[in-house]
Amino acid sequence: MTEILTPDLDERFRAAAAAEGLLDVAYDVFDDTAMGPLLVGVTDRGLCRISFDPEPERELELLARAYGPRVLRSSHPVDRVHRELDEYLEGNRRAFDLELDLRGQPDFYLRVLAELARVGYGETTTYGTLAARAGNPKAARAVGTVMNRNPVPIVLPCHRVVGANGSLTGYGGGLHRKEQLLRLEGAIL
Amino acid sequence: MAVAVPPFETFYDTHKTEVFRFLVSRIGREGAEDAFQETFLRALRAYHGLEHGDHLRAWALTIANRIVLDGRRRQRPQGEMPDLVTEDGRPAYEELAPLTDELPAKERAAVVLRYGYDLGYDEIGAALGSTESAARQAASAGVRRLRADKKEQKQ
Repeated sequence: MTEILTPDLDERFRAAAAAEGLLDVAYDVFDDTAMGPLLVGVTDRGLCRISFDPEPERELELLARAYGPRVLRSSHPVDRVHRELDEYLEGNRRAFDLELDLRGQPDFYLRVLAELARVGYGETTTYGTLAARAGNPKAARAVGTVMNRNPVPIVLPCHRVVGANGSLTGYGGGLHRKEQLLRLEGAIL
Repeated sequence: MAVAVPPFETFYDTHKTEVFRFLVSRIGREGAEDAFQETFLRALRAYHGLEHGDHLRAWALTIANRIVLDGRRRQRPQGEMPDLVTEDGRPAYEELAPLTDELPAKERAAVVLRYGYDLGYDEIGAALGSTESAARQAASAGVRRLRADKKEQKQ
């Protein structure tokens, strides 16, 4: 049938849209990772979103609201994130070399996330310690909220933050994923 | 940021098939491939300036139609008449397409969107960036002009 839109033509448009710099957010869903499907979004400034169990419709609305309505699936702009995530999840990468776009995050969140970024591979820290490093030792609970709303889990390693008594406490993507990541890094056996 | 329009992915995914079919019916498979990409790139360039998400289907088809007309203006020497082919069982927009080529752009868009795609005048007005009554006038002016052309051809 001559009037069928081929996947090739569809992909060509998506690539051209990104190449011409017309997108507020380019995203893709990686179905094949060890963590299950991951939705990843990037802007021209950097990585802005990693989402577990993505419901694309809801996710796209949130991205449009935060960054602008020109949100389109386009695989090329997220290639590098895809590659680094694969390497990390296969145990072949210990740190990410990616720009982040954390536009719109409140100051306190940015301070906490900046401290979080310094917690290294295979280490763990506590909510209270992170709160103190971000300048507010009493804000352990608020740090928990920041972790829960982390826009780019895995890359900003909120899985490395545990309770004062060593319990895993909670994780936005589900406790089993936190355990899986800490096991991968050798932080727990 | 207030969300006036759906995420572009949703818009694109909803309308891409119909836009592509429309383009194939107007200019054939080969030309439609370039025109398809150009249509949605043009939509993307204008998308964040849209004030609301109503009538997006009409908007997409209107852009596609403009791309076709722009291409014709570049290619076809003036005065040449399009082939008047009619065939039973084709969708209305295919029947209309060759008949309306010589209309002024706005009248043509109004006629095709009204009689070929069965859009309401409110939708057409929004798609053309004007009003419902202007769309109604453009469509009826287009139809009058087609009737007049047809009489002329018979004489």
